Amino acid sequence: MPTQSITPDASGYFGEYGGKFIPEILYTTFDELIAAFYKAKADPEFWQSYVDVMQNYSCRPTPITPLENFAKSLGGKFQIFCKREDLNHTGAHKANNCMGQGLLVQRMGKKRVIAETGAGQHGVATATMAARMGLECTVYMGSVDVERQRPNVFWMEQLGATVISVTEGAATLKDAINAAMRDWAESMETTHYVLGTTCGPHPFPEMVAWFQSIIGQESREQMLKKNGRLPDRIYACVGGGSNASGIFLPFLDDKAVELIGVEAGGRGLESGEHAARFYGGTVGVAQGYKTYFFQDDEGQMLHTHSIAAGLDYIGVSPILSHLHDQKRIRFTAATDDAVISATKQLIRTEGIIPALESGHAFAAVIEEAPSIPDGTQVLINLSGRGDKDIFNIAEAIGDKKWQEFLKAKAMSQ
Amino acid sequence: MNLTKYLKNRLDPLYGETEHPETKRKILLMTHVVVGYPSLEANWKMLEAMGEADVDLVELQMPFSEPSADGPLFVKANQEALRNGIRWKDYFDLMQRTSSKFDFPVLMMGYFNTTFAMGYENYCANIRKNGGEGFIIPDLPLEEYGDLWLHSQNQKLDSIMLCTPTNTEERLRKICARGSGFIYCVARKGVTGKNTDLGQSAENFLQQCRQYTDLPLALGFGLSEPDDLRKLHGKADIAIVGSALLKTWEAEGENGYRKHLMSLAAARE
Repeated sequence: MPTQSITPDASGYFGEYGGKFIPEILYTTFDELIAAFYKAKADPEFWQSYVDVMQNYSCRPTPITPLENFAKSLGGKFQIFCKREDLNHTGAHKANNCMGQGLLVQRMGKKRVIAETGAGQHGVATATMAARMGLECTVYMGSVDVERQRPNVFWMEQLGATVISVTEGAATLKDAINAAMRDWAESMETTHYVLGTTCGPHPFPEMVAWFQSIIGQESREQMLKKNGRLPDRIYACVGGGSNASGIFLPFLDDKAVELIGVEAGGRGLESGEHAARFYGGTVGVAQGYKTYFFQDDEGQMLHTHSIAAGLDYIGVSPILSHLHDQKRIRFTAATDDAVISATKQLIRTEGIIPALESGHAFAAVIEEAPSIPDGTQVLINLSGRGDKDIFNIAEAIGDKKWQEFLKAKAMSQ
Repeated sequence: MNLTKYLKNRLDPLYGETEHPETKRKILLMTHVVVGYPSLEANWKMLEAMGEADVDLVELQMPFSEPSADGPLFVKANQEALRNGIRWKDYFDLMQRTSSKFDFPVLMMGYFNTTFAMGYENYCANIRKNGGEGFIIPDLPLEEYGDLWLHSQNQKLDSIMLCTPTNTEERLRKICARGSGFIYCVARKGVTGKNTDLGQSAENFLQQCRQYTDLPLALGFGLSEPDDLRKLHGKADIAIVGSALLKTWEAEGENGYRKHLMSLAAARE
């Protein structure tokens, strides 16, 4: 069973970030959730049941794949490895958190789950968990994301979930979170809110990071076994921060390991159209927690932009904000264009199709390659697979044959 | 102003501790304005109607981009108000005009990020300077108040606390102990703007809250019709009507709004 090297104080704060800013109507529900979570966390059998489920249902431990061709294509004398979270059931690290919370829901005896989703990966993972565990499921998704991620909407519905398209605000992930919170404020007796990332009110950041830390624990053991030493650097993309927290946190005490979080640089940091909270953000309180938000000087949230729906979010994990301030994690950003190009490069050199979210981590490695010292071992978290992005990637690449195919399909309906 | 005393004085002596025995109100009325929606001009017309109806208390909501405790109508109102360009200055200008012109006390209502971004000291000073008597922050549990207690006391502002039917006894006691002005009792689960069944459960909840405080009890969430107010005579001290009036404004315009408001005001007696 893992011990978390970073835990919040009794009020749910990591340094000055986190907390629990919730409407009073949900106070008791949060108390119950906190109690259930800490009981599970202290119970080695619970963690073992989680590991068992992930082994039998979701291909854990996921492998570490050396990327020799990709490294060679960058011209450096360093080694690159990637952690294959794309091989999880449903295609992303999101399954870890969902199955973990699903087990907790069973313990709490609730019959219904709700979730927000951006890219749709968390929605699909929640719907999958609900189908497997026999729970009723409603997923809130911004209408803009519904447009971008129709295949995921299709699968959620096939899995028996009700998908509600949220048209309020910017109609993206943040608005889906608000909508899920509103549902929960009414349904809490029968319903658990499966928050998809290391954000939101306490205990969600700690809880989601705990389930996701399985990524880093496995990686640590696997890298030691494979190479006899720890990696020098680890890169992970950062939206809400769950895949990054998952791979980073078990390495926190390994001071020699540099941790690099890659935010969505969108159309460029100077364009203002991005989602790099550590570049354009300031500290605020929204969606139940205190962290860096993309907001104006009067605390109104601003529109974010990223080619990757899963990174297109105003806030960031309070755990990562704390580690940012402590300078334990270095943050950088990758633009949409750099991500498309990195994605193509990984597909061609290694036969691996990354999600556009994960493509950000690869883009950062490509950008930093000229300054990576010889002999360095780099580990990248490949947080999800890119099949779901076929429409966006094909559009960005401008593939003519695909466009003709879509036209023909549409005509034949 | 001593808000608690003001409120108690407006209630019928049979129901409250009034020093003015001519008062016949069996319940008081608090109404709500989302500043900037549909427009500042429309807000002013609403406020004038409230003045004429001699409404007892008014909350002015500062719009926020993430109004997570509000239902669809107020979510839209928040969003549109921001789209109309409402900034802090516009908000406080309206508060100033309102408190100068009308007799009813005014409260600031808004989400915590506004308070945080403004700074606690400025926030309280701005409310005081513009004639507000207190504030309601729907996403701020008492544990997170920190220095906001101190600054609100320095400015002699009341921080209105919310009690809900899902709270434990122990929690209700704690909230009531920290409250001042009056206690905002949330009638049911969920968000603003849906109908509420004002049956036995609401009555039991009010009685429960009454055990822990001498402050006036306001009931809100889902009240819309004069009958709702009459049902609460002798049970709650203040009825809060928000979404329902805005809905009437949207459906029937100013005249319908005034009619609805006057009927609510009349149902106090």
